[in-house]
Amino acid sequence: MKRWLTYSVPVALGIAVLAFWEWAVTHWQVPRFVLPAPSAIAQSFVDDRAQLAAATWTTFRIVIEAFVLALVTGVALAILFAQSRIVELALYPYAVILQVTPIIAIAPLIVIWVGYEHIDRALLILAWIVAFFPILANTTLGLRSADRNLIDLFRLYGASRWQILWKLQLPGALPYLLGAMKISGGLALIGAVVAEFAAGTGTATGLGWTITEAGNRLHIETMFAALAILSVLGVAIFFLLSALEWALLRHWHESAVSRQE
Amino acid sequence: MTSLLSLHGVSKTFDSGTQAIAALDLEVRTGEFLSLVGPSGCGKSTALRIIAGLIAPTMGNVAWPSGRPEIGFVFQEPTLMPWRNALDNARLPLELKGIARADAEARSRQALARVGLGEFGHAYPRELSGGMKMRVSIARAIAAHPKLLLMDEPFAALDELTRQSLNDDLLKLAREDGITVIFVTHSVYESAYLSDRVVVMTPRPGRVTADIAIAQPADRSVAYRLTPQFTDAAGRISAALGDAMSRAA
Repeated sequence: MKRWLTYSVPVALGIAVLAFWEWAVTHWQVPRFVLPAPSAIAQSFVDDRAQLAAATWTTFRIVIEAFVLALVTGVALAILFAQSRIVELALYPYAVILQVTPIIAIAPLIVIWVGYEHIDRALLILAWIVAFFPILANTTLGLRSADRNLIDLFRLYGASRWQILWKLQLPGALPYLLGAMKISGGLALIGAVVAEFAAGTGTATGLGWTITEAGNRLHIETMFAALAILSVLGVAIFFLLSALEWALLRHWHESAVSRQE
Repeated sequence: MTSLLSLHGVSKTFDSGTQAIAALDLEVRTGEFLSLVGPSGCGKSTALRIIAGLIAPTMGNVAWPSGRPEIGFVFQEPTLMPWRNALDNARLPLELKGIARADAEARSRQALARVGLGEFGHAYPRELSGGMKMRVSIARAIAAHPKLLLMDEPFAALDELTRQSLNDDLLKLAREDGITVIFVTHSVYESAYLSDRVVVMTPRPGRVTADIAIAQPADRSVAYRLTPQFTDAAGRISAALGDAMSRAA
């Protein structure tokens, strides 16, 4: 009963809102370049399908690359931090600076550095910068949260640093990492789109560029179509990572247990 | 009985400046069940960790006349890895020692059976009760066949019935395997029931104030707790503990 409601209630609300929107736009004769009807947006999906598909693929690829890069570098640096306090003291402030400086302000600089002919790389770097920090911060915290007594037990049995890391600290940090991945997945998408806005038009042809271009030409229905795709992408990333979290933690972690019982 | 280990003038002062134990002398004999009793903060846990080699004493030393044996450690909390099932938790010491997986699994399965959890190898810690988790923790400690078992208030968080049943199982395991046990506890009755010898310590910094030998019957049970012999032992420990407290005050 409850599970059924979880899906049916939001879907019903969505359909009701779309129906009202369609009716309202016609009834009050809202101009198409202010708010297009849902049916016009649907038409745009058909008419602009080639452009939208190419833009989606470009954005999707950059998001995935940036996310994987953030995952690998974030975890690697977190492991380094957990092994050496000196490395952490030296690098952590700079990681924070990179994080707190608004990405939109760094973007023009990165674009100049990598050159307009390699705008893809600039987008990748910018998306990576925003996705990287949650992974680093949470994994570092997770690695440091290992039970002191378990560490003592490992030492008692002559475990190496590597064994403590691999068998104790990393599994213990997994819930922290998976939580961070859900945040970073969304941030990578935001980073990729924001970077495209900042880079301006040119060789970037992702969904951010599609929105800018369509806006310039008052193709508001195409803007909505691109926005809808971005939302679906964001939701899909979130659900995929939630499913991964569930699959990896369901046997043992409290967060998964409460959902099970 | 031969001497297994002795502490000579062992002191420990932490970086914070707290002196946990001062000039502690203690001899532990092979095969005995020794309890360390004292108020909180008397450095009992610190003494255990120094014996285990997990922390170094500030002064003094630990001597092992016939070499350092295999040591097992049981903490106040079960201290299990939640992502591993009972069997894989019990297997940890063998795994870290590089024993082949098949052999290690057979031995840890046997250890689980000996603590009465033969059927629960696949259960994850969250599926087990507090007492069962403590049993897994004990299975892990005995899986590597230790000759010395260090226990830091292992049953303090359990209810009385579970505690009594674990007390009996522990005595049986220690006797069967010829394990020397050093058992830290707050409980006068627990120490009177389990120990061949009870050492009472003063509050911070910890020192030995009383060393009480108890002539235990080979077979202890619930009925034993009602004998004058048992109450006499408990009375002596209690008096020594009261004395230790008043000295601190």
